[in-house]
Amino acid sequence: MAVGIVVVSHSARLADGVKELAGQMAGAEVKIAATGGGPDDTLGTNAVQIEAAINRVYGDDGVLILVDLGSAVLSAEVAVESLPPERQEHVLISNAPLVEGAVVATVEASIGASLLNVEAAAVRAGSMPKVER
Amino acid sequence: MVLTKDVVLTWLETFARDVEENRAYLTELDGAIGDNDHGTNLDRGFRAVLNSLPDERDKPIDGVLKAVGMTLIKTVGGAAGPLYGTVFLRMASAAAGKEALSEADVGAMLAAGTKGIVDRGKAEVGDKTMLDTWAPAVDAFQEAEASGEDLLAALQAAAGAAEEGMKSTIPLVARKGRASYLGERSAGHQDPGATSSYLLFKDLLSAVEGTAG
Ligand SMILES: Nc1ncnc2c1ncn2[C@@H]1O[C@H](COP(=O)(O)OP(=O)(O)OP(=O)(O)O)[C@@H](O)[C@H]1O
Ligand SMILES: [Mg+2]
Repeated sequence: MAVGIVVVSHSARLADGVKELAGQMAGAEVKIAATGGGPDDTLGTNAVQIEAAINRVYGDDGVLILVDLGSAVLSAEVAVESLPPERQEHVLISNAPLVEGAVVATVEASIGASLLNVEAAAVRAGSMPKVER
Repeated sequence: MVLTKDVVLTWLETFARDVEENRAYLTELDGAIGDNDHGTNLDRGFRAVLNSLPDERDKPIDGVLKAVGMTLIKTVGGAAGPLYGTVFLRMASAAAGKEALSEADVGAMLAAGTKGIVDRGKAEVGDKTMLDTWAPAVDAFQEAEASGEDLLAALQAAAGAAEEGMKSTIPLVARKGRASYLGERSAGHQDPGATSSYLLFKDLLSAVEGTAG
């Protein structure tokens, strides 16, 4: 088993793209679910869809949720609170940026790291410099 | 005087109509400091509420409010979904087991809604959010209620404070939500969520006025 990854964005295409990008870094042992967009094909987030995405990738090692901004956090919190209590404690909303966070979290998850270690690595990824100045 | 379920239903219907009428205005306010969708989001949600009300109206007050909260969470799509959704779920819990709400019950219900906004959005008063309407409105209600005013008078006080709270967001710099990305440039615009929240208090007053006759 490995920590499951949920990618939440206001845009379904962005969520799918991040999933695709992160998925390249690991094999089938890491389950990744992407969810994005509001009702009627609008840009937005939806707690019910996020809850379903968590349940698609849920396993004994727990789930890390990567979010883009604004209501993605609020909707993810509502989704987590809607889970059965025994699952809630194994699900974490990440403080990491979406793209770097999802990629690094997937790598960490693939080597069997714990939920807290996956989150720590994802957060560190956000402060890795891209260019030397 | 008590708040009955019929008045709660009238309140919800009035607000749904008010949001529809003000959809463009609320969206325009959001266009100035956000992503131009608050009216559309909330209208979508309250249309769904209106559609579901026929199936819910036989439930007690808390059942109706809970159904509203769940519908908003499912259908709104923006921050207003989890925020108003949490408000209605918390108000439902506060009204649990009551067939009609006394002044003190209404105060407790509105206070529970306000706490829901804070728990969900982590905002403080002055952050330029819907909380800037809710917090003074609920304070005004509870103050009026504590000094012996009846429901109508307490709601008049609440609606007045809600309007002032809404207007108080104009000079503020946003510290929560999408508008916070604008920094100083968010000042000079009224917050859309604070505006829709004012409508909610105004419509609660008018629903009660309608039955006070
Ligand atoms: N953290 C928060 N706490 C309290 N109120 C908030 C918070 N974030 C946003 N709001 C309120 O929500 C309103 C915006 O609602 P709207 O439906 O437009 O969501 P949004 O900002 O577009 O959501 P998204 O984050 O999906 O873009 C703001 O005007 C503000 O009153
Ligand atoms: Mg918006």
